[in-house]
Amino acid sequence: MPRSLLPWLLVLQRLGIALLTLVIVSFAVFFATELLPGDVAQILLGQAATPEAVAGLREAMGLNEPALQRFLGWLIGMVVGGDMGTSYVNQMEVAELVSGRLGNSLRLAGVTTLVSVPIALALGIGAAMWRGSIFDRAVSVLTISVISVPEFMVATLAVLIFAVWLGWLPALSYGANVDSITAMLKAYAMPVITLSFVVSAQMIRMTRAAVIDTINTPYVEMALLKGASRSRMVLRHALPNALGPIANAVALSLSYLVGGVIIVETIFNYPGVAKLMVDAVSTRDLPLIQSCAMIFCVSYLALITIADMVAILSNPRLRK
Amino acid sequence: MTTPPLVRVRGLKIGATTDAGRKVEIIKGVSFDIAPGEIIALIGESGSGKTTIALSLMGHTRTGCAIHGGEISLGTSVVTAMTERQRARLRGTEVSYVPQSAAAAFNPSKRIMDQVIEIADIHKLMPPAQARAKAVELFRALALPDPENIGSRYPHQVSGGQLQRLSAAMALIGDPKLVIFDEPTTALDVTTQIEVLRAFKSVMAKGGISGVYVSHDLAVVAQIADRIIVLRGGEIQEEGPTDQILNAPRHAYTRQLLAAFEPVPHVPLAVPEAEARKPILEVVNLHAGYGPVRNGEPAAKILKDVSFRLERGRNLGVIGESGSGKSTLARAIAGILPPYKGSVLMNGHEMGRDIQTRSKEELRKAQMVFQLADTALNPAHSINTILARPLTFYHGLKGKARDARVARLLDMVHLPASLRHRLPGELSGGQKQRVNLARALAADPDLILCDEITSALDTVVAAAILDLLKELQRELGISYMFISHDLSTVEAICDDVLVMLKGEVVEALPAAEMSARATHPYSRLLISSIPKLDTGWLAGLEQDPQLVAQFAQR
Repeated sequence: MPRSLLPWLLVLQRLGIALLTLVIVSFAVFFATELLPGDVAQILLGQAATPEAVAGLREAMGLNEPALQRFLGWLIGMVVGGDMGTSYVNQMEVAELVSGRLGNSLRLAGVTTLVSVPIALALGIGAAMWRGSIFDRAVSVLTISVISVPEFMVATLAVLIFAVWLGWLPALSYGANVDSITAMLKAYAMPVITLSFVVSAQMIRMTRAAVIDTINTPYVEMALLKGASRSRMVLRHALPNALGPIANAVALSLSYLVGGVIIVETIFNYPGVAKLMVDAVSTRDLPLIQSCAMIFCVSYLALITIADMVAILSNPRLRK
Repeated sequence: MTTPPLVRVRGLKIGATTDAGRKVEIIKGVSFDIAPGEIIALIGESGSGKTTIALSLMGHTRTGCAIHGGEISLGTSVVTAMTERQRARLRGTEVSYVPQSAAAAFNPSKRIMDQVIEIADIHKLMPPAQARAKAVELFRALALPDPENIGSRYPHQVSGGQLQRLSAAMALIGDPKLVIFDEPTTALDVTTQIEVLRAFKSVMAKGGISGVYVSHDLAVVAQIADRIIVLRGGEIQEEGPTDQILNAPRHAYTRQLLAAFEPVPHVPLAVPEAEARKPILEVVNLHAGYGPVRNGEPAAKILKDVSFRLERGRNLGVIGESGSGKSTLARAIAGILPPYKGSVLMNGHEMGRDIQTRSKEELRKAQMVFQLADTALNPAHSINTILARPLTFYHGLKGKARDARVARLLDMVHLPASLRHRLPGELSGGQKQRVNLARALAADPDLILCDEITSALDTVVAAAILDLLKELQRELGISYMFISHDLSTVEAICDDVLVMLKGEVVEALPAAEMSARATHPYSRLLISSIPKLDTGWLAGLEQDPQLVAQFAQR
């Protein structure tokens, strides 16, 4: 086998592992939901329903079949026809329920990524470059305080300041007028600011640590002794060797943007997937829960896999 | 009229602030000159400040250190009075650096050529094409193979000796007036070291470049330096021409350093005739390797058909260069790496193949002491805990009896009993190696496998450890298997020597007459490559180029 193919073989292997993880997670989510008390028939018919009616509905919905059979049925439908199933509660196609919400979630995540990643990387690399300076200390204090303040606090404060006191931004971002650029900026500003705060802190800290780690290596000292400037030492010598850990830190932070934003979605009344899933749990709507969980899992895995691939492809030992 | 010196150092003081905030003086007022074209050597043990002084000539101090006083001037410029930006302009053009470990000093993610010509790019000395042509010329002058194309490889694709020469090319690309060599051959094998030293010497002489050669090895320095400065504890002990330092040292410390080179004749232990003929260790057709096992054979076979016997009270030396399988042999005997073929017998009794299948009694008989004392001791355990553990494990000792035995062990390795409550981090390198030895002795073994145990120690400290080993042998009658790449240490303690090459024993020799009796060409090459305390040794050394091509891993 030619050597140049080796990195790609590793990438392929990595993709295979991601797929296997996905199957295992779907299995775990299905049976975790099975363990929840109460079931969809009971909730649909209300407290007053007779046991006979509940049993009848359960029979009609196919809930009496063994759990494993239902799981396999759902999995096969998903893999073969891309069929995500039908919601137990309102008989709508899950795909249809999810698609609009997923679009919203991805849009919010996308805008937040565009804002937070460049800022976080610049701050992290800058802090590492001028380690021990006032700038570095200011960034460190800032990130620590952001990490320690819970996001609902940041979100609520943002609403209080920008919407209530200053009246600059709408308190609810969805349904607001998004015809012009300014209007769109206004609508997204608060959720994006809040989320950026939450995800940037970790990225800044990890980037700083990874770059400092490589700055302490003999080859960066060698660059210094060749007369290289500080920025050349960091950008040309340290950074390329810190790409792997940085990519992983970024992926980990971003994966939070799809599944972990329930609080932000609730406070700003933003109809994303996370909110959909919480609603589905309260009604025991199994196909919907399962589908949402799979979406979170896929986005998480996709990000982590991309990060791993960056790490593999940036390893010079695997290059020809 | 005398030419003005190129480098002038006057009353240099460098201090450091420890993690605890304490201030320590590392360099305590050092003054010396370097004439144009002259190579001086800074000699001293670890902690003597030799690297700190060398780096300060480039205006650089490592994190936590700072120049507190004195003046360094290079040509007409005063380095100590410059801003960081002005110093950066000096680095690579006026003064450049050849690091101890070229393998670590090359950026793993960039091609060699880009790093070699980086100085030209940083200081805008010449267009890239011209720099590349100049680099190829330097590669040729440094006797590197395939000078046209070697630059397009990544650092991990060339050997250690080649990387070290490439780092010299990197230092010379900007036509510096002064080159600092920081122990550049310490990490190399002896047969490789010769070629690298020769290349350095000829390039420096041709360009009339001044040099500072930092080393702890007087024999290496004798080959390349015009003048030697002996350092200890941040102060100059003695300074003089190489010949004078080697032949007529004035300072007691210099004499002590030279004494460590004197061969110490080894007196074999007297053992009753009947006892002596019983082998304590017998290794028969031993094969071992690493990697996944297929059809009963591992993917990477390291040891090939090794057989020898070691009699009671005698010591066996194993010599060879890196990758020759010396350490693998020790690991296979200890059972850390199970051999896939062959057997290990102790006192005529066949030992289990790996640690899991060996009985406590089998484990007790063979103990191992590792090269790096730092990493072999758990930094979170006190010396008492470290020594008490084997006592409980092998002998079931508890309470007072165990405490008394720990005190005895510390006494045996000449450490004060008060040390037992300390942590390994609070001990010096030599003390740590003594604790390692005491831990091996705690098991009451018949055989101690010593894997390069003196290689990481300063010469004077290493000599003391060797004396201790001999004393322990006289008292306890144990045997050593002594692995080393340093022939003089092996000579000082061993009765017999195995020469290893690529996993095979090429020759077994009596230690006292190694050079006289060696017949295998590799043994002869290896023995002739050991630097001697004689300034004319390298120039007068003639080695068969065919032999070198066949065996030396340059």
